[in-house]
Amino acid sequence: MRRFLATGAIFIALAVAVLVTGTPALAVEPDEILANPALEARARELSKGLRCVVCQNQSIDDSNADIARDMRFLVRERLVAGDTDPQVVAYMVARYGDYVLLRPPFQANTMALWIGPPLMAVIVTILALLFFRTYQRERAGRGGPEPLSPTDREQLDALVEKLAAELRPSRNKSALRAELDHPFGTQDSGDSDTRAK
Amino acid sequence: MRRFLLLLPIVFFAVLIGVLGVMTLQTNDGRDPSLIPSPLIGKPAPEFSLPGIAEIAPGGFLTGDLRGKATMVNVFASWCIPCLAEHPLISRLAEEGLAVYGINHRDTEVDAAKWLKKNGNPYTAVGFDPDGRVSTEWGVTGIPETFIINADGIVIYKYSGPMTPKVLEDKILPKLREASR
Repeated sequence: MRRFLATGAIFIALAVAVLVTGTPALAVEPDEILANPALEARARELSKGLRCVVCQNQSIDDSNADIARDMRFLVRERLVAGDTDPQVVAYMVARYGDYVLLRPPFQANTMALWIGPPLMAVIVTILALLFFRTYQRERAGRGGPEPLSPTDREQLDALVEKLAAELRPSRNKSALRAELDHPFGTQDSGDSDTRAK
Repeated sequence: MRRFLLLLPIVFFAVLIGVLGVMTLQTNDGRDPSLIPSPLIGKPAPEFSLPGIAEIAPGGFLTGDLRGKATMVNVFASWCIPCLAEHPLISRLAEEGLAVYGINHRDTEVDAAKWLKKNGNPYTAVGFDPDGRVSTEWGVTGIPETFIINADGIVIYKYSGPMTPKVLEDKILPKLREASR
């Protein structure tokens, strides 16, 4: 038990150490970093929004691919040359297309992408509301199961009576027999019997 | 109306499956979803100037060379195996009289010279681009890549990957004809 506790404590300590000290591996290498910290900060920020064009869904800030490195150099080259952030982005788009932007621009060919999900949410909400309203109206209109008709009520009473008689053998036998022969009363016993069979 | 509303999700799902199915079938006909359309198409070839490779292909070339006739720009390297695979086709195009310019991408001068000596040099001129800086101007993402430029110096087509006889027949030759019109 004591050993378990000790092992557990070590694991927890290691996990905490990793959480505290561990940072994601940086793709940016020392020789890429600009001397001007302000420009470097802008370069890092821009790099996070630019896609490494061979890695499907990784920013050039995260990727170790050769081309990501080239693209990081390109970003820094433009910044040093005095470009504004939008100019740098435009420069990259001119070479690699909109694909290079991790956040797709809002334009004609990306309409479906931007409008699609909220539109679906609206449609689904409307359908759900319609369904719920119909459901509620139907429930309010009917108010549970339909009440029994007088005939049904009679039959039910008779059945209950019959069952009660079986459970009480001490009862007068002839009375019970009469009751069993004519469970639905004497007047229309014939009809009732055929129905019961 | 209510019936229709109930059917809506099923209809939507069927349409979705249909669209995805068609797109899947298209991949059999050569549609590659991982390919990025080049923003260069319809635009002038990027401005650059590259030195040549000493001995085997001195001189290099620049943007101005890609004018006045239909040309092809092929990005290659000695370490690139698919480039070797398409090399005979490039050579044949050059033999037919097409001006093919080579951008030697992220290579060493020694390796590039050796490769060209061994496999033949079909290029009208070779530009030596060891750090890939000019390839970046062309938006090169992986080699081989081949561009077709018309007489006005406008890029009209880009093919990513090694050319095969089928690709040459179906895609490259029609574009070359278009470029020389």
